[in-house]
Amino acid sequence: MKARRITWKEIKRQKFLMLCTLCFVIYGILFYYVPLGGWIMAFQNYKPKDGLIGSQFVGLEKFKFLFSDATFLRVIRNTLAMGVLNLVCTFVMAIVFAILLNEVRSNLGKKAVQTISYLPHFLSWIIVTGILQDALSSTGIVNELLVNWGLVKGPISFFSIPKLFWPIVAFANVWKETGWNAIVYLAAITSIDPSLYEAATIDGAGRWAKIKNVTIPGIKPTIMILLIMNIGNVLNAGFEVQYLLGNGLVKPVADTIDIYTLTWGISQNDYSLGTAAGIFKSVVAIILIVAANQFAKKTGEQRLF
Amino acid sequence: MKKLSWTNSSIWDRIFVVCNTIFLVAFVVITVYPVLNTVALSFNDGIDAVRGGIHLIPRIFTLQNYRTVFNQKNIITGAYITVARTVIGTILALVTNSLLAYVVSRKRFLFRSQLSLFWVVTMYVNGGMIPTLILYKSLHLTNSFWVYVIPGMIGAFNMLVMRTYMEGLPDGLEESAQIDGAGDFTIFARIISPLCKPVYATVALFVAVGQWNSWFDAMLYNRMSSEYTTLQYELMKLLSSVMQTGGSANPGGTSAATAVTPVTVRAAATVATMLPIICLYPFLQRYFVTGMTIGSVKE
Repeated sequence: MKARRITWKEIKRQKFLMLCTLCFVIYGILFYYVPLGGWIMAFQNYKPKDGLIGSQFVGLEKFKFLFSDATFLRVIRNTLAMGVLNLVCTFVMAIVFAILLNEVRSNLGKKAVQTISYLPHFLSWIIVTGILQDALSSTGIVNELLVNWGLVKGPISFFSIPKLFWPIVAFANVWKETGWNAIVYLAAITSIDPSLYEAATIDGAGRWAKIKNVTIPGIKPTIMILLIMNIGNVLNAGFEVQYLLGNGLVKPVADTIDIYTLTWGISQNDYSLGTAAGIFKSVVAIILIVAANQFAKKTGEQRLF
Repeated sequence: MKKLSWTNSSIWDRIFVVCNTIFLVAFVVITVYPVLNTVALSFNDGIDAVRGGIHLIPRIFTLQNYRTVFNQKNIITGAYITVARTVIGTILALVTNSLLAYVVSRKRFLFRSQLSLFWVVTMYVNGGMIPTLILYKSLHLTNSFWVYVIPGMIGAFNMLVMRTYMEGLPDGLEESAQIDGAGDFTIFARIISPLCKPVYATVALFVAVGQWNSWFDAMLYNRMSSEYTTLQYELMKLLSSVMQTGGSANPGGTSAATAVTPVTVRAAATVATMLPIICLYPFLQRYFVTGMTIGSVKE
C-alpha cells in the first residue's frame, strides 16, 4: 500500500482520535510504564524517606543476595515446578474434556455438562481453596470415602504432607479451569470441516481414528497458540492458591516468587529486594515467551508474533 | 432411530460411549458436589456439623449461620463496597476500553499501530508488586476506594477483544456516516457502539467477575481502612482465622454464636459470596463463549 501523506487537514479531521490517544497514552504511561521506572530500586538501598532520587546505589548487591539465598533458589524451583505441573495438567485436561464432550450425541446433555463445567471458573480462589479445605479435611468427603473403602486406616491430613502439596495445587487448577479452557477447543472443533469426518467415515474410520486423524490435527493450531500464550504466564500462576493453601508445615514446597516478594517487600519492608525478585520473574517470563515463539516458528507452527 | 445406531455400531464404539459417559458424569459430580456440600453445611447446626457425614442435605436445619454472618459489620461494609466497585469498575472499564478499541480499530488513523503496540506491551511487561504499590501510595490511591477501579480500568486483553470485533464490522458503515458529516464521536456512539452490544456484554462480564472476586488489592492497598474492605477479603479473613484458631474461634462475637462452629459459618459466608455469580452466569453463557473465542483464536 502506498504511504499516505500526513496533511494538516487529515490531522484536523482526526482531532478526536488524537485527543483520545493522548489521554490513553498518559494513562498508560502513568499506570503501566512508570512502575517500570521503579525497577531502579532493585539497584539501590531504597529508603522510602529518601525516595528514588536520594537513595544510595548499591549495584547488583540485591541480586547477589537473592542468588546466594537458599530460600530464593527453593522458591524458584517451587514456582517453576508448580507452574509447569499446572500448565500440563490444565492443558491436557481441557483438551481431553473438549474432545470427549464433543463425542456426546445428545445436545441437551452436552449443553448441561458444559454449563456446569464453567461454574468453578467464576468462583474466586478464596472460595475454591475454602471448598477444597472442606473436602480434604479430616471429616471431609475424600477422607470419608478413603476410610469407607478401606484404602487408609485413619483420615489423612492432606495439608500437612509436603509431598501432596504440588498435586493438590494442580488439582485445584484443573478443577477450576478445565471447563473454561475447553471453550476455545470446542469452538475450534466446531469449525472443523464436517466433510473431513464424512470422508473418514467412508474410509471406515472408527471413533478413535476420527479423533486421532481429524479432531486433533484440526485443533492443533489453537493448541499451539494457547501453549505459547500460557508459557509466558507459567511464573504468574504462582500466587493466590499457594498463598491461601500454604501453611507452616508445607512452607518449603509452597512458597513461590510472588510470596517471597510479598514477604520481603511488604512485611519486611525491603522494597529493593522485593523489586529485584519481581524483575527476575519478569525477565524469565519474557525469555520463556520469546523462546516458545521461536520454537513455534522453527517447527512451522502458528505463532504469536 | 437410536436402536438402529446401537446395533450398527461396533463393540468398541459401545465401550467408548459407556466410558465417555462415566467420565463426564464423574466430572460433573466432582464439580458440583463440593459446592452443594458447602450449601448443605451452611444450613446445618454448627456443633452437629463437627461430627462430619453431612453430604447434600443438612442434618439439623438452622439459619443461625447466616444470622451470624450478616450480623458482622465488616461483612455488610464489604458487601456494599463490593457491589459499588463491581458497578463503577465495570462502567468505567466499558467506556474506556471501548473508546480505545474504537481508536485503534480505525484503519485511517495515523497512529493506529503505535497506539496498539503501546498497549500490547503492557500485557507482557509490568513493574511488579513493589513499584506499583509505591506508585499508588504517591498518587494517594492507597486507603481509598478508587484503587479498585482506576488502575486496572484499561486492560489490553479486553481492548483486543473489542478491537477484533470492531474490525469485523463492515467499513461502509463508517464511510457513509462520514459522508453524512458525522464526526468520530458520533460514529463511535451512534453507529459502532450499538452494533458492539454483544462484545460489550462480554467484556462487562469479564470485568464484573474480576471485580467481584478480587481480594488481594483490598489486602495490599486498603488493609488499614476497614471502611473500604471487600466481601472476598472479609471471607478470606474469616477462613484464615478459623484455620489458625483450630475451630475454637467465635467469629460472630455474639452470645448466640456459641451454637455455631466456624465450619458452618464459613460455609454460610462462602455461599453468600458466590450466590450472585452462580445465579447469573448460566444466562450469560453466549457472551463469554464469544469473548473467549475472539480473545484466544488469533487469525
